[in-house]
Amino acid sequence: MIDMLRLEDIIKAFYIAKKDIKEYYLKPPTISWGIVFPVAFTLAFILKGGHHAQEIIPGLIALALFFGTTSMAAASIVFERKIGSFERLLLFPVSYIGIALGKTLSSFMFGMVSLFATLVVVLPFILNIPTYSLFLVAVLILSALMFSAFGVFISFLIKDPTNTMMIFNSIRLPMIFLCGIFIPISSLPLPLRLIAFLLPLTYSVEATRFAINGNYDVVPPIESILLMLIITILLILLTSIKIRRTIP
Amino acid sequence: MSLPGCYPLHDAIIAEKLTKYYGDFLAVDHISFQVRKSEIYGFLGPNGAGKTTTVRMLCGLTRISEGKAYIYGYDINRELVAIKKLIGVVQDISNLYMELSCYDNLMFCAEMYGVPRHQRKERVMDLLRFFGLEDKKHVKFKELSKGLKRRLAIAAALVHKPKLLFLDEPTIGLDVKSKRQIWNLICKLNEKGITIFLTTHNIYEAFRLCDRIAIINRGKIIAEGTPTELRKKVSGNKIIELQVSPPIKKSTILDNVDGIIDVNIGRDNTIYITINDAIAALEGILEIVKKLSLEIVMLNLRGADAEDVFIRLIDGTEKNIGSSTRR
Repeated sequence: MIDMLRLEDIIKAFYIAKKDIKEYYLKPPTISWGIVFPVAFTLAFILKGGHHAQEIIPGLIALALFFGTTSMAAASIVFERKIGSFERLLLFPVSYIGIALGKTLSSFMFGMVSLFATLVVVLPFILNIPTYSLFLVAVLILSALMFSAFGVFISFLIKDPTNTMMIFNSIRLPMIFLCGIFIPISSLPLPLRLIAFLLPLTYSVEATRFAINGNYDVVPPIESILLMLIITILLILLTSIKIRRTIP
Repeated sequence: MSLPGCYPLHDAIIAEKLTKYYGDFLAVDHISFQVRKSEIYGFLGPNGAGKTTTVRMLCGLTRISEGKAYIYGYDINRELVAIKKLIGVVQDISNLYMELSCYDNLMFCAEMYGVPRHQRKERVMDLLRFFGLEDKKHVKFKELSKGLKRRLAIAAALVHKPKLLFLDEPTIGLDVKSKRQIWNLICKLNEKGITIFLTTHNIYEAFRLCDRIAIINRGKIIAEGTPTELRKKVSGNKIIELQVSPPIKKSTILDNVDGIIDVNIGRDNTIYITINDAIAALEGILEIVKKLSLEIVMLNLRGADAEDVFIRLIDGTEKNIGSSTRR
């Protein structure tokens, strides 16, 4: 059911990512939802946050990264499935997990671009240097991978491309309030807290907060890292299964 | 490798009772055929006959519901990645990457097919030259004409030097000039030893290009052979094309003439008479012409053409041969 990931597939995954970068990075939906929107809301919340900005910045960075990566996944996969060019990938001698990884990598790389744009906006407002700089780099890289895998997986669940952004936003926007960016998870009612634990953004926000501010709300940083790793691997595997199942 | 011992080594494709169901709908109905190495094998049939579904099964884009298929001895159900290295596929839609240039599209395909790094650039440039696209090297795919898009799609399918090329309706929607260019390319590729599996609903295309043709309708192969063999299937029948003045409006006038199988009258009043005995039919027709004091404007006796063969085999009867010629 699950393909073996060979070195050849990893190399081809990078080729897929390189192709996607050339093909989709300048597409209007990618730019608007993946860079302009996250940068704009990050700036808006920081300006509005005043002296509380330092508290919400970690969450905003994670959220911006989340929008950046998932927008790229939506643009590349849903569009390709719509015009039929996704089938071309299925004709190449590459495993389904290789394709899933390739699509994840292209979203990841775009996420890095989006992150850079966000950091340019955020850095002037960070009063102290991050408490754990190296840990922050690791968290952001892992977060970008996890969000990319999440976006890729969701993209394969969407049947009607015209609904893409509506579906993506109906998943992404509630997360803003559930994943501890503005409201601490510990203060959420139990049912919402349980939902928060099911959402990948929660772990990214918790770990980012620890890396920048040196504190966390409910999930210890090591656990967040481990869970992000597990979620990423699981999502890539599920995507490869989903790709196999798209074959009629 | 899982080549069944009893199969000849010269077959590029072996399909055994290949079947595809979409839910309850039977799209391909237990078809069996072999494609020999280095031949152009045509799959000719009307829209919805099961041609594209067959190609999709043979290249792994659609699951096989029942039956087996082997490409160069590899089992499609178990050795798909190995098969993908041997085949090139041109689908009936031009689905290369819109924002990439011709060069980048081919380069991406070369990378994905595992063409060695030091050969990629040369291979891509050779293909651009061969397909007359060298001056379009930096033009984006979306900016190409339909004919050029199709040419680039064929080039993309050849970048890894496949042994077998699937062409699914390669000339659909193209103008006459582009069509002929694609036909010439197909012949040139075949001369280089590439086996070609061509699906088309264009009868002329199939009879002109293919070494052997399978005629498929409603998911079943209803006839198979060389173009000559297929023509022979209806060779017992000939067609008389007749125009008289004043024109005859009712075909029943020829009902009692010996040697006639079917009569159809075209919109230009040409009478298409399908016959199985030319002498008896001509004698009878001339007798009626004399009796009704008609003047013969045109009288033409000819054998069944490709379209006649196709229509007759599709319909399973001879009665539509005449009407087919009217189109």
